Amino acid sequence: MIWLESILGLGLVVLAGALTLILSLPALRKRKVVFRAIPALQRARRALGLSVEDGSRIHLSIGKASIFSPTNASALVGLSTLERVAQLSLISDRPPVATSGEGTLTVLSQDTLQAAYRIANVPEQYDPERGRLTGATPMSYTAGTLPVIHQERISANLFVGNFGPEAGLMAAASEHENAFSLGASDALDAQAVFYVTAEEALLGEELFAVPAYLQAGAIYQTSLRVQDILRWVVVGLMVLSAILGLAGVSL
Amino acid sequence: MRSPVMTALAIAAGLIVLLGYLIPPEWTSLAYIQAVRAIFIGWAVVLAGIAAWVGVIHLFLTHLRRMTARRDADRYSVLVVLAFLVTAAAGMILTPADPRFQQAVLAIQVPVEATLLGLLAVTLVFASMRLFQRRKGVMAVVFVISAVFFLLLGAGLLMPLQEMPLPGALIGFFERLPVAGGRGILIGIALGSLMTGLRILLGADRPYSG
Repeated sequence: MIWLESILGLGLVVLAGALTLILSLPALRKRKVVFRAIPALQRARRALGLSVEDGSRIHLSIGKASIFSPTNASALVGLSTLERVAQLSLISDRPPVATSGEGTLTVLSQDTLQAAYRIANVPEQYDPERGRLTGATPMSYTAGTLPVIHQERISANLFVGNFGPEAGLMAAASEHENAFSLGASDALDAQAVFYVTAEEALLGEELFAVPAYLQAGAIYQTSLRVQDILRWVVVGLMVLSAILGLAGVSL
Repeated sequence: MRSPVMTALAIAAGLIVLLGYLIPPEWTSLAYIQAVRAIFIGWAVVLAGIAAWVGVIHLFLTHLRRMTARRDADRYSVLVVLAFLVTAAAGMILTPADPRFQQAVLAIQVPVEATLLGLLAVTLVFASMRLFQRRKGVMAVVFVISAVFFLLLGAGLLMPLQEMPLPGALIGFFERLPVAGGRGILIGIALGSLMTGLRILLGADRPYSG
């Protein structure tokens, strides 16, 4: 049965890849895609704009997921968000700061910031201090991030990545500083904690929509459309398997 | 413009690792892909170790700079730098496997983390009390009711009801609700993760500068 799972997995990847390529074709991309409104992300965009205008800093925490762990996709979303935030705040007096709880992520966050400034032809704006490892364990990461939130004139804190319940302390610190906070995590416990402590929280797979809603590029919007199609495919397969199960057919 | 060579290398390595996972082990003619995948993962693990070391050195240097800054020097950075130096020296002399070293580290780490957890519990209680100020609507009400209900259920206070036929069936239904909801969310997250990985495999998303 292992081979059936492998083939199904391979099939899903190929289907997703094919759909991404098809929906990326210029003829199909021209059509205006309207996504449902996510108020949390609308407020996040507004908060980012206000931060740039008033010269305060944006803080992006990209979590503690190792790039080799199954939760690394959330970290990659965090990095895409960081790139977009760096682009949006190019004209700001204070460049954004990124904190992470894993060495690989720190190196990647510095690299992402450097690439964003280089592509925008302002490589001199890059400061490696802006991508920081604040702690190597979940609690030390949280404890190390708290001074960043409290001391660096942060007006918007975005928590986008893999977090544990301890992220509630960071969101509470943000509220204490009257800063905007958006919590987006792939961990269920962190989602519940963010719902209570953060100003805005993203639930479920909304985390993966962050770059698309921040208009990071057409590919993110295509990716979101494919994700919606795949969701219907999975729903169809679940219904089919339930019907087959009721009919006494075992797979 | 990002380097096309780096992008090509990343795509090739990603494809080989992905195929290594998805090709059934029964297909022995493609076993070499799994061998290459194992080599790549071995390299990646070594690189991750180096990256962790780079991150820690960066953390140390950041605090060293803050400690010695002429304006607004950070006093707490002195503690971080001293703790780092003492721990690193003790770890090198005694080795991390030494029980005395482990005991010393845990004697500091465990109480500090326990304190933070206690702080988190208080923070969450206060945040829950203010939830209705922040969030209006049905979702907040549902959230609070389910939190209280599952707290009671988890504490075993509804145990006597579980033995009665109708309440017992209802409680059984409610016990399955979070599992079903959690699975739904996890399927969504899995699809999101798949698409994130695919963007990198297609070279559309590059979390590396090259």
